[in-house]
Amino acid sequence: MRILGNLTWDAVPWNQPIPLVAGAAVIVIVLCVIAWVILTGRLPYLWREWITSVDHKRIGVMYVLLGLVMAFRGFIDAIMMRSQQALAFHAPGYLPPEHYDQIFSAHGTIMIFFAAMPLVIGLMNFAVPLQLGVRDVAFPTWNSTSFWLTATGALLVNISLVIGEFARTGWLPYPPLSEFTYLPGVGVDYYLWALLISGVGTLMTGINFVTTILKIRAPGMSYLRMPMFCWTALASNLLIIAAFPILTATLVMLALDRYLGFHFFTNEAGGNMMMFINLIWLWGHPEVYILVLPAFGIFSEVISTFSGKPLFNYRSMVWATLGICLISFTVWLHHFFTMGAGPDVNALFGIASALIAIPTGVKIYNWMFTMYGGRIRFATPMLWSLGFIITFVIGGMTGVLLATVPADFLLHNSMFLVAHFHNVIVGAVLYACFAGVIYWFPKAFGFRLDEGWGKAAFWLTFIGFWVVFVPLYAAGLLGMTRRLQHYDMALWYPWMLIAALGIVIMGCAAFCQVAQLVVSIRRRSELRDEMGDPWDGRSLEWVTASPPPAFNFAVLPNVRGEEPYWEIKQRAIESQHLPAEPSYEPIEMPRNSPTGFITAFFATITGFALIWHIWWLVGVGLAAAYAVFVWFAWRDVEEYRIPVEEVARIDRARRQARMEWLARQARPGEPA
Amino acid sequence: MSTAETFAPVREIDPYKLGRRRLAPSEAEIAAKGRGEGGPASKWVVVGYGFWLFLLSDVIMFSAFFAAHAVLQTATAGGPTGRELFDLHSVAVQTGVLLASSFTCGLAAVATDARSQIGTQLALLITGLLGLAFLLLEAKDFATMVAAGAGPQRSAFLSSTFTLVGCHGLHVSAGLLWLGTMMAQVFVKGFRPNILRRLLCFNLFWHMLDIIWVALFTVVYLVGVLR
Repeated sequence: MRILGNLTWDAVPWNQPIPLVAGAAVIVIVLCVIAWVILTGRLPYLWREWITSVDHKRIGVMYVLLGLVMAFRGFIDAIMMRSQQALAFHAPGYLPPEHYDQIFSAHGTIMIFFAAMPLVIGLMNFAVPLQLGVRDVAFPTWNSTSFWLTATGALLVNISLVIGEFARTGWLPYPPLSEFTYLPGVGVDYYLWALLISGVGTLMTGINFVTTILKIRAPGMSYLRMPMFCWTALASNLLIIAAFPILTATLVMLALDRYLGFHFFTNEAGGNMMMFINLIWLWGHPEVYILVLPAFGIFSEVISTFSGKPLFNYRSMVWATLGICLISFTVWLHHFFTMGAGPDVNALFGIASALIAIPTGVKIYNWMFTMYGGRIRFATPMLWSLGFIITFVIGGMTGVLLATVPADFLLHNSMFLVAHFHNVIVGAVLYACFAGVIYWFPKAFGFRLDEGWGKAAFWLTFIGFWVVFVPLYAAGLLGMTRRLQHYDMALWYPWMLIAALGIVIMGCAAFCQVAQLVVSIRRRSELRDEMGDPWDGRSLEWVTASPPPAFNFAVLPNVRGEEPYWEIKQRAIESQHLPAEPSYEPIEMPRNSPTGFITAFFATITGFALIWHIWWLVGVGLAAAYAVFVWFAWRDVEEYRIPVEEVARIDRARRQARMEWLARQARPGEPA
Repeated sequence: MSTAETFAPVREIDPYKLGRRRLAPSEAEIAAKGRGEGGPASKWVVVGYGFWLFLLSDVIMFSAFFAAHAVLQTATAGGPTGRELFDLHSVAVQTGVLLASSFTCGLAAVATDARSQIGTQLALLITGLLGLAFLLLEAKDFATMVAAGAGPQRSAFLSSTFTLVGCHGLHVSAGLLWLGTMMAQVFVKGFRPNILRRLLCFNLFWHMLDIIWVALFTVVYLVGVLR
């Protein structure tokens, strides 16, 4: 019996300098960070305040951090792809095919699952309970577990860089290529277990947030008083509950094919590979809306705030959100019109796909009418929002083009398609995440981000984006298919060179993003948000101090209208008084728990063991996971009590800052 | 937490409940027909609701396996069909055992409502034994099929059959682990609010497995022998 399963020294790619050096660099950086944390004595703090934290704000921040780091990793893959295609005209380029295939697979997988999802879920985590006027989510310990399981998935994908390989299938492992017969290596297995484990975390997030939004809101926060971001978060999490189980089932079937010789998707013994493609897109298309709906929510908040107006036609926005939520489940077949389902089926799905443009159009007009007649402030989040409207409308139009079945037959699997989905995903999800991070950053950390670097990052991204993707549209129309490691069509070459220039511009944008963070941290005292409402906000998160206390609200707000905080603020400004001090009571908050971290630790071990067929370790991991479950279930004290004096002290400090702000408002001529 | 509080019967109000309902005057202030005037719902409601959502997601996962089975039902690749393989007699016994376990699980809930330690433990024990019997019968059927050369590797039809039925069996096994843990918890901790919430969830889970089995019995076995 081999004690380490299939794992040998040959698993490390000794002969491939790029992953080896990159992996070594990452390992050195991680070790340095860990050493720094331990040597400076920050480990207890990190363990107590972050790793075991069940506070939705802390978990949200960790999600966003994970998303940003992984987005950076995915961006490096993008740079490699663009440079390879710029060099590989009549030449092999610098990336051998099997490595190039792993890079585009990793790029897609990382960007969707470990960059976009954590960013979106992180922002929901941070903002939704605050906007609902409550103290935490429905299941705080689950929330922590969800995060750590997502981190497990990200870790497994990164381990594949140095131990073994990643999938060479594209971001969705289509059979029969992904079957054991054709790819017997561990690449697809890394993909499967990373996604299955993080998928459990995502599903738990979905359940957690639907329960929170439907069952835990401040008094008076009726459905049609919820901020738009909460509505979109609700729709997105409903989609998670409905779609992620399908992904789990599909990947389990593929795993059974690979591990036990089942015949779900194989070429022989009656397997049906088109079933995989149906099932995976039955999850995959809703996934697009899981990402983009919260993005729409962020833009709604930002545009309304920076236009100084309530969101135009809030109710139609709610209907549009729910409409998209529903239609998103009826269009999956447009990802494979070329399968040959026949003209009737294709026409039906083509029409359904084009229909999505209607509620989306409603949203676009609502945002524009929100700005119309408003006093617009062009702060960085607002720039991202405006950039989004332009980018997304163009991306949407190419989408309607692809929904036209005959056109799709020509454009299917071409660079045009690649340009289209980047046009909508980057233009909506990524822009929204940047807007959201900048918008809620002062709430999370108590100081704003530097506007100069932020605006530079926006303009460079905006320009760089078009310089990358217009050439890809053009190359697609000239017949260039996606995922080419090298080519000899002279027609495409100039477009690839321009796209490479674009990625350089976007690289500068990435530098500006990092600079924005570093500069802002250094200048934090001048960027301090003393009062808790840096953008003249309208929803309840701006009632709290920046950063908010663990319990968010000393007394749950009593909601009486659609924009509760705006009304409170206007009343205070008119009367020059804050509302009378409430009678404080002690608050019970959930206790921190290492359950999530320990579960994820064993999930990582189990996942790694499954990938390398180390069966005894799989058993150990599963037994340990059960032990953690029982141990957690046995704890008696679930909450701790914050004494009333502490609550009063914290809330009085917040009221003091507000009163000083009010006094400044009273004296015109002085900056607010 | 005082003993009186711990053992009080759970009748908590959900301020977000939809629809019309006769309200006691004391409740009327809190409940506002889904409009959420009352602030956060109680823990009992939140946990129950969250678990219902989990069950829904689980049903969706099963539905994906059902869909795969529907697609692959005729893909026998020249191998044995359902008519040749399935022993309806054995499956009927399994169905009876599982349905009986659901009944005893319901009895456990009744005993819990009466705060009877012995009644709850006994009913849960019988539930567990019936669940175990079901699993053993299913394993025996699987072993017979594999021995006859009709394992999941034989054809796509058998792959999907083994996966769908096996997934249900895996759920029953997980349920048994949970049940054992629950019995220990009820024994050690008594009927605390959090234990009561878990018993509610376990009951929901166990009944859901029955509903899945009814669908499975129909789609896999009854339709299977027709082909």
